[in-house]
Amino acid sequence: MELDSLYQEVILDHYKHPLNKGLSATYGAQVHHVNPSCGDEVTLNVTAEDGVIKSITWDGVGCSISQASVSIASDLLVNKSFAEADAILDEFTELMHSKGTKQGNPDVLEDAVALAGVSKFPARIKCALLGWMAFKDAAVRIKTTTGGE
Amino acid sequence: MAFNVANIRKDFPIFERTIRDGKKLVYLDSGATSQKPLAVIDAESDFYKFHNAAVHRGAHQLAEEATDAYEGARLKVANFIGAREEQIVFTKGATESLNLVAYAMGNAEPGTRFALTSKDKIVVTEMEHHANLIPWQQLAARTGAQLSWFEVTPDGRLDLTDINSVITENTKVVALTHQSNVLGTIVPLEAIVARAHAVGAVVVLDACQSAPHMPIDVKELGVDFLVFSGHKALGPTGVGVLWSSVLEDLPPFLYGGSMIETVTMTKATWAPAPRKFEAGVPNMAQAVGLGAAIDYLTALGMSSVHNHEVALTKYLIEKLSQIPDLKIVGPTNIDSRGGTVSFTVGEIHPHDLGQYVDSQGVAVRTGHHCAWPLTRKLGVPATTRASLYLYNDESDCDALFDAILGAQKYFA
Repeated sequence: MELDSLYQEVILDHYKHPLNKGLSATYGAQVHHVNPSCGDEVTLNVTAEDGVIKSITWDGVGCSISQASVSIASDLLVNKSFAEADAILDEFTELMHSKGTKQGNPDVLEDAVALAGVSKFPARIKCALLGWMAFKDAAVRIKTTTGGE
Repeated sequence: MAFNVANIRKDFPIFERTIRDGKKLVYLDSGATSQKPLAVIDAESDFYKFHNAAVHRGAHQLAEEATDAYEGARLKVANFIGAREEQIVFTKGATESLNLVAYAMGNAEPGTRFALTSKDKIVVTEMEHHANLIPWQQLAARTGAQLSWFEVTPDGRLDLTDINSVITENTKVVALTHQSNVLGTIVPLEAIVARAHAVGAVVVLDACQSAPHMPIDVKELGVDFLVFSGHKALGPTGVGVLWSSVLEDLPPFLYGGSMIETVTMTKATWAPAPRKFEAGVPNMAQAVGLGAAIDYLTALGMSSVHNHEVALTKYLIEKLSQIPDLKIVGPTNIDSRGGTVSFTVGEIHPHDLGQYVDSQGVAVRTGHHCAWPLTRKLGVPATTRASLYLYNDESDCDALFDAILGAQKYFA
């Protein structure tokens, strides 16, 4: 069934057992993003040190795709430099807009390749990108205030 | 003659197609937009093929025919809601109709009937669609008027306990929905209209979810303004209706061609209503299409349409109530409610539920349904909504039932 390409086991696992859910007490930047068409919400705390992302914690409500995606991102982007994180984010964004033509590179995207099927469901792309766009926003804020240090 | 859904469906070309690899289309999203019978599609197309010209202009035969068709549609709309032709304004949609009223009031000269000041109050309800909330929020912000509202009870009804302290002597406008687009609740208009008129306020009624589904007579409703959209009533997109008995007192909203009486380089005077509110060349083919939709509805009979939907809503609610973990958000009986049923299913997020039932050919709406304050109040981030219309039958409700059970297995 076409639906199975959307709801990969990995995604449902992340949805039921999300990683890094629960906001940290301290953070370098906190952002809150919503998807106004459906009401999905995510709050993201990002901490960086010497240009490296040290922690991403989050809280949110939303569908399995949006919640699994932020769980995956919060795990994948930790211990990466901002430059590395940007590159991963670009690759993920490209995958989401690939209309089902790309598989995604598991060496770069790891669990996030499980979201490749989302690209065939245009209404769900925003769900998958919610947490990632929140991260992008947080990263910009940290870089602006610390110059990336 | 019995209400024959099988025959009705033959009039709607879209039901000839299939969904998601050959599945029957089960369309339960008419609250968002209705499907169109061939008669409407043909009327719109025939206007362009045979009669197209700018209405109210030009001394030629096409202009005459176009004007006749357009004004004929206005008469059909008027008859449909028990109104007079000159009380019907065509807009591009119900959202524009509501904005028209709010902006026109904002244009009122100080001291005139519709002029608002910081001493005045605008009343809405917690169950409004954003289209009947935000124009009033903004009018309040522009004029300094105070915005207040009726709250919604946990069972999805309007709380009128404090009606006299919500609608006060200072209230100028009461804007509310006739039927909630989320809950299906039909509001108790009589008490609200009586109180509003007792304090000299006008009542603006959003009939988007009622006019396509039940007989409407503006005289019986007693409201001062009523709006609905064409596309939810079998008509085309791009055409909406504003009815009012007090159009003469309302200043224009959009200025331009057609809406004037005389013009000099420094000033202008206005044509009588409804022309005063129809600046520019209107959406003619769409208005004509709406006329055909109203012909279709009238031929079926709005009472028959309503009775069919009431019976089907009862069936749907009974069916849904059998599903473990399914919770209906809104009235669970059929007293004063229409065929819009919102619900949650355990921990399954509405987006995921909607996606699964779509894989079974069932089209529903998910989210906050452009009524974010309402879903927030009811403590649900989002719901799944099934909305019925004249082309739905029990097999559609059964298909939704089966699909929800399937989703529960899939996401278990």
